[in-house]
Amino acid sequence: MARYAREVAVVAFAQSDHLRRTDELSEVEMVMPVLHKVLAATGLKAGEIGFTCSGSSDYLAGRAFSFTMTLDGVGAWPPISESHVEMDGAWALYEAWVKIQTGEADTALVYSYGKSSPGSVRDVLTRQLDPYYVAPLWPDSVALAALQAQALIDAGETDEAGLAEIGARSRASAGANPHAQLSGAVAQGDYQVAPLRTGDCPPIGDGAAAVILAAGDVARRLCERPAWITGIDHRIEAHSLGLRDLTDSPSTRIAAEHAGVFESPVDTAELHAPFSSQEVVLRKALGLGGDVAVNPSGGALAANPMMAAGLIRIGEAAARIHRGESDRAVAHATSGPCLQQNLVAVLEGDRA
Amino acid sequence: MSTTGKEPVAVVGIGQTKHVAARHDVSIAGLVREAAARALADAELTWADIDAVVIGKAPDFFEGVMMPELYLADALGAVGKPMLRVHTAGSVGGSTALVASNLVAARVHRTVLTLAFEKQSESNAMWGLSLPVPFQQPLLAGAGGFFAPHVRAYMRRTGAPDTVGSLVAYKDRRNALKNPYAHLHEHDITLEKVQASPMLWDPIRYSETCPSSDGACAMILTDRAGAARSPKPPAWVHGGAMRSEPTLFAGKDFVSPQAGKDCAADVYRQAGITDPRREIDAVEMYVPFSWYEPMWLENLGFADEGEGWKLTEAGVTELDGDLPVNPSGGVLSTNPIGASGMIRFAEAALQVRGQAGEHQVPDARLAMGHAYGGGAQFFAMWLVGAEQPGT
Repeated sequence: MARYAREVAVVAFAQSDHLRRTDELSEVEMVMPVLHKVLAATGLKAGEIGFTCSGSSDYLAGRAFSFTMTLDGVGAWPPISESHVEMDGAWALYEAWVKIQTGEADTALVYSYGKSSPGSVRDVLTRQLDPYYVAPLWPDSVALAALQAQALIDAGETDEAGLAEIGARSRASAGANPHAQLSGAVAQGDYQVAPLRTGDCPPIGDGAAAVILAAGDVARRLCERPAWITGIDHRIEAHSLGLRDLTDSPSTRIAAEHAGVFESPVDTAELHAPFSSQEVVLRKALGLGGDVAVNPSGGALAANPMMAAGLIRIGEAAARIHRGESDRAVAHATSGPCLQQNLVAVLEGDRA
Repeated sequence: MSTTGKEPVAVVGIGQTKHVAARHDVSIAGLVREAAARALADAELTWADIDAVVIGKAPDFFEGVMMPELYLADALGAVGKPMLRVHTAGSVGGSTALVASNLVAARVHRTVLTLAFEKQSESNAMWGLSLPVPFQQPLLAGAGGFFAPHVRAYMRRTGAPDTVGSLVAYKDRRNALKNPYAHLHEHDITLEKVQASPMLWDPIRYSETCPSSDGACAMILTDRAGAARSPKPPAWVHGGAMRSEPTLFAGKDFVSPQAGKDCAADVYRQAGITDPRREIDAVEMYVPFSWYEPMWLENLGFADEGEGWKLTEAGVTELDGDLPVNPSGGVLSTNPIGASGMIRFAEAALQVRGQAGEHQVPDARLAMGHAYGGGAQFFAMWLVGAEQPGT
């Protein structure tokens, strides 16, 4: 615990049901129940929170400054200490964790959300690529992931049957997750972009998540078994796919080293791997053996609400610690094409 | 909550691009790299000395690139490092610097590059801000349409004469002539020209509005040990805070938002300031429309309620006045939106480092950087000083 100035834990987690479409809900209406749920879990009111931070993307909302309206849903009156990252909520959690480390706050509310249903998310994500040389070609996110999957197959790291098993296992695990979008026996389906079939790809959907962080004794007061963040780090790689070995994720490995993942065994891993092939890459980077429960929630193959799916991994890992089902878990979030940017957190519960 | 354990944070490098209407000669990556390289050169550091990068900009629609930090990782030497992307509307340049500052203060990283940019020539900012949203109040035609009624409310509330706005614009445009990085260099500016410029959003005239700029601003923030190695005098962070309030609700005071007052009060508390008007030597204030100078003078506690315009009218905020506001020329002369807040923060640091050149306020020891955004709902501020806090 001496790695950082203060002990900080995830003390509460809430998420929406993740759905293919939520035409009848505005983003505010989607986020508010989740905020109420996570605050109720701790008994805190919005005005009692030391720092608030959110993650979302204007491109999904289709308008500039989209997060300003969701802030209204928080009830930021009297005014609050607040910030926003145009990233997955896992990075909003990181900013909030830093804020608590400075001593300027003892608690933080972190939330994120995304609605992919109003547009074509495969097209939207092409706007994330190098705007001069790559984006004009409109290569979509599934095609890029397929390049990575084919590189893994060519390198002998997996095969199509191995990928299919990952998809099937994830959706089977999601049977125990009432919020998941896809669960149970989902057909592997036809090729989306070879070698990836429908079953290797994440569902497209809308959803939101929220987490409350607290420091030291405040965490102990708010939660019976806090999920202590004993390490957290994130790293980015080169953008161009031609500059990277797509069968590996050095940024995940560096982040894991800094977060202390390799210092002792983990029993649970919540990995943000939207494509089955990406789980193969992440397992290798994190050195996960067969004895680790990987994505017991079903992971991103069961529900992948853009901008929230990474925060959900941290929340799911923490929730397992809260329930006593895990003692030491690793949570991972990703951003960018083919795992360009990765965040790794280690969560631990007090041992009995 | 204890803040005594925080690491002191120093600004040891500052870099800006020359801000212009359109940088056709560089890509977005080229633009940000130029500012970052200048900040590194100023600090006499290399890319290898940087532990993390914190980048900010306003809406992605301005350049048409979703989460451009992914593509910019290479240009900013971030490969293998942590990179965060902050977005808090118009206040983002300030918030981005504060997030970077917190990384050092929390001792998570020792030396951090922070950068904010906008390449507004890639699109049209006014219409980029005016996308209609069902069931919500439209922002009218750009930010001016949103803010003009609040300026009118200020004038009615305080009885300020309608000449005050043009005084601010005339002052800021003259100050910009002393700043080589400023976008607008109107060598033939006169007060009469400002007053004769076309009315855009009554009572805001053309010459009382900010331009649309391409530009980037970068800073190198570091800890005590880093500051000790700095070849030039550092600027020390004495206080920093962010505050937000909702966009629309019945109790909101658009003329003097509570979040701005609370944010300033927090910064003054951290820095031990009890009389900001006397203790602070220079202010870089976010004034995109000229009337926001008197409005923010009151909101930030430099003047009593209803009295801000009197300071402006009396010349207190001139470069040679006793509370110079926007010696750099401010947002009215340079507005790459996402970078504008960071430019305020960086210009405040330049002042206390004694590096502001022709627009230097003599013997500035303590300076404020201020930014706001959204529907006057997001605030970010910092106070920087020539001395290390607590010494």
